[in-house]
Amino acid sequence: MEEPIIVAEELAKKQREISIAEFFEKNRQILGFDSAPRSLLTCVKEAVDNALDACEEAGILPDILVQIERIDGDTYHITTEDNGPGIVKEQIPRTFAKLLYGSRFHALKQSRGQQGIGISAAVLYAQLTSGKPTRITSKIDLSKPAHYYELVVNTKTNEPEILVDDVVNWDRPHGTRIEMDLEGSYIRGRRRSVYEYLKATSIVNPHTRITLIEPDGNMETFERVSDRIPDASKEIKPHPSGTDLGILIRMLRDTDRNKISAFLEHGFVRIGKKTQDDICKHANIDPNMRPADFTRDQARRLLAAFKNVKIAAPPMDCLSPIGDDLIRKGLEKEYPVDYISTRSRKTSVQSGNPFLVEAGLAYGGTISTEDRVQILRFANRVPLIYQQGACAMTHAVEKVNWRHYGLNQPGGGIPMGPVVLLVHVASTNVPFTSESKDAVADRPEIISEVELALRDVARDLKNFLSRQKRFEKRKHKEEAIVQVLPMIAEKVGYILDKEAPDIRPVIANIMGNLLVQKSVKPNKNGSEITIRIKNFADAARVFKLHDISPDEPIEVNPKGVSVELESGYDNIWKLSLEPGKEKTLTYTIKSKLDPDTTTNPIVEGIDETLVTGATTMGGMT
Amino acid sequence: MNKEGTQQTDEITTNRLLEIAQQFYDQINTETIPYITLPTRTKANIEYDEEAEVWVYSDRESVRSAKTVRGAYQLLKTNYVIDFLKYQLGEKRSSTLRELYYISENWNLAKFSEQNESDSLIEDLEIISKLQRENFHIRPEEDGASIMGPIKVREKTRRGTKTIHCQDDVGEGGYQVPNNVDNIEFLEHDAKMIIAIETGGMRDRLIENGFDEEYDSIIVHLKGQPARSTRRLIKRMNEELNLPVVVFTDGDPWSYRIYASVAYGSIKSAHLSKYMATPNAEFIGIRPSDIVNYDLPTDKLTDQDVKALKSELTDPRFGSDFWKEEINLQLKIKKKSEQQSLAKYGLDYVTKTYLPERLSEMGVV
Repeated sequence: MEEPIIVAEELAKKQREISIAEFFEKNRQILGFDSAPRSLLTCVKEAVDNALDACEEAGILPDILVQIERIDGDTYHITTEDNGPGIVKEQIPRTFAKLLYGSRFHALKQSRGQQGIGISAAVLYAQLTSGKPTRITSKIDLSKPAHYYELVVNTKTNEPEILVDDVVNWDRPHGTRIEMDLEGSYIRGRRRSVYEYLKATSIVNPHTRITLIEPDGNMETFERVSDRIPDASKEIKPHPSGTDLGILIRMLRDTDRNKISAFLEHGFVRIGKKTQDDICKHANIDPNMRPADFTRDQARRLLAAFKNVKIAAPPMDCLSPIGDDLIRKGLEKEYPVDYISTRSRKTSVQSGNPFLVEAGLAYGGTISTEDRVQILRFANRVPLIYQQGACAMTHAVEKVNWRHYGLNQPGGGIPMGPVVLLVHVASTNVPFTSESKDAVADRPEIISEVELALRDVARDLKNFLSRQKRFEKRKHKEEAIVQVLPMIAEKVGYILDKEAPDIRPVIANIMGNLLVQKSVKPNKNGSEITIRIKNFADAARVFKLHDISPDEPIEVNPKGVSVELESGYDNIWKLSLEPGKEKTLTYTIKSKLDPDTTTNPIVEGIDETLVTGATTMGGMT
Repeated sequence: MNKEGTQQTDEITTNRLLEIAQQFYDQINTETIPYITLPTRTKANIEYDEEAEVWVYSDRESVRSAKTVRGAYQLLKTNYVIDFLKYQLGEKRSSTLRELYYISENWNLAKFSEQNESDSLIEDLEIISKLQRENFHIRPEEDGASIMGPIKVREKTRRGTKTIHCQDDVGEGGYQVPNNVDNIEFLEHDAKMIIAIETGGMRDRLIENGFDEEYDSIIVHLKGQPARSTRRLIKRMNEELNLPVVVFTDGDPWSYRIYASVAYGSIKSAHLSKYMATPNAEFIGIRPSDIVNYDLPTDKLTDQDVKALKSELTDPRFGSDFWKEEINLQLKIKKKSEQQSLAKYGLDYVTKTYLPERLSEMGVV
């Protein structure tokens, strides 16, 4: 007799484990391969991110080459090469051809790799669309040979399939070279392109040098402007406030600690003996209890205790900001502008994870005044190219009232004007809106911090603009005064049939300048030179006065320093004048000077717009 | 005034102008930023001079200083004008306000942007030098008034002295008042009053109806806002001949200002009020109460009219109860009337009824 058919058992036979690789094969779009241009970009991105991470860990200044060639139609050949530490032979196959393999996914620290599905996904994509394996060359030391592999991913087993395993000569001392063929689309131009991505990467990683060779042969190099490798970010244990019930239960199950006290102290950051004690008391739990014996209810009580017991905030030094100086340098090299302001804010916390925000604002120069401002978004030093509208950083930009700071903001969205904004969120765990990790999720703490950073740089911009305006106004006034006043003096003299009175003191008075009047009087011994200096400004002036004489000065009063030149003497006085005060310098020389052709004295240490009657050198505005 | 006298005043005038330039010269030489101070020429700065019974400038002063860009340009232009006037006086020539404005085209940065600017500057110089623009040999553009009435005058002209009787020796247009009224000598007259009229139409009506003969009145056609010469002449006739003056205009705020400049002095040239205003000139109408009482044909007040009326409420010259009542009434009825609207009641109504009634009320006839 036949066994009665139990439907569930029949169905069960049909079920089998689906391999991760199979899953990815069928769900590419989640992982950044949803469109042809994007797929190409994602492959470049994975390789470049890996190279950057590796170089930084090894303390090497990254030199990265990206070359993209079009084979035909939609097929492209991508080559990336770096001067990184290389990969140990044994690790190469699994690194490139096994999905979700790698150290970065588990570590709680700020890293680029956290945002990528890994190079293996790119390899898988390449083999699926071109049928060709990925070629890897890697060398870890000058003394060692370079290893060459051709790999594909076995989609059923999620294990690497080695098609070629060889040893080759490579003239690099160390590094990695990846070549893949894949289907994609290369976008020329500046938006959402490989070019944009690499440019943005080089801005926030100013210690890198990236060379891009486009399909048409055009070569672009993004130079490095810093020799400083950013400090490596440190790994930390999770913080209690970022733990939820599911995570806690899993941790209790997985730990190899035998007592809950030890589990708490060593499994979390910021829980010391006392805190652990307090937590156990609060949760009404015996510190000697075994984690494995925990019930769901007890875990819940533990979680409640986390919230109620005072626990110090997570350590802030696990993050590695780009820093004001490098943000500025990065922006400067890509955008020739009139003004840059940067802000690197202190570390804050969201969902138990430390995070910090940095902002940069570049204004003026060649940036178009008619368009909406460009926003460069970064998460853990990785440029975010897609989904700008969905990102928390963009939302924060929209929340700021830019009109208050001098920009148009029609419709209240993204402001308009000749500005490029840079926003960087760095965290041990950046919250994204979706698996594709294109946009940062709207966490209030993050939005708030970004807003504050933006307001800071916006305020700097506002100050700069008003300084500029004042400067323009002053310049305009000066032009008018400098032209009109001499005409008044001349006309007055003409009306009265007298010589036009010297108007320079009045000009100096109006402009709040330092007045320098030199007069030369011939006497029986030669010439007597008198220099009268008056300070019409509201502030004291400290400066040096130079006056060149053809021969050695005698009877110098007050005493100065005379330096012999090739033809003449540079007579120097160090002076300081309070507002409204004046000083007279005199000296005599043997030769007879023509009063009409003597040279102007030189004032050193004051900007030329603030001096009347002398030329200037070495001044600042 | 004889030739010598003219020379004398020319010399005085030139010296006064040179004094201004000298002031700037001294300022520059003492490292002072050049400036001049003038009375502020707004209605906020006029006050009633009890003795002269006219409105003059009060104590508020405006400083024009080369410290500001605007001030610097003004002082530049001031000196250019002084230079020009010095030349003009030296050459015994004269020019109009408008010509002065055009001459400045050659002055580079000192060029005037509009005629108001150069007119104002000349007024400034009048105030500072305590002279009149006639002394600078500057003439205005506008015509003086014409008068018609039983009075004989002798006028000194460029072409000799002329004796004129202002009814017998003149045509329909009457006697044209010259720019320099001080060149007129009053010889003899049979007049009992002076009536100053705003519009040409009304003036012609009075003459056609023989009002000057019937009431022995000198009819002065103001031609709108009266020229300085007109105001000066009215004042002289009032003072020297002891004749009462009445003013007859349209019933709107601009016309009241015409009356004010005859009787009170103008805001623009308050420095000359004592010389040109006739404090005992009286206002006949058209009053807002006339519009109501005589049920005159009207027009609606425009926004500018309303604004002007409201401004007059804060003009100290219109501070009397009489004016406050009339202006508020007009703001209430929101209407204005022309003097010629009296024709509603016939062409003779103005000379047979309205004026006699009003003049009798006022005690003039």
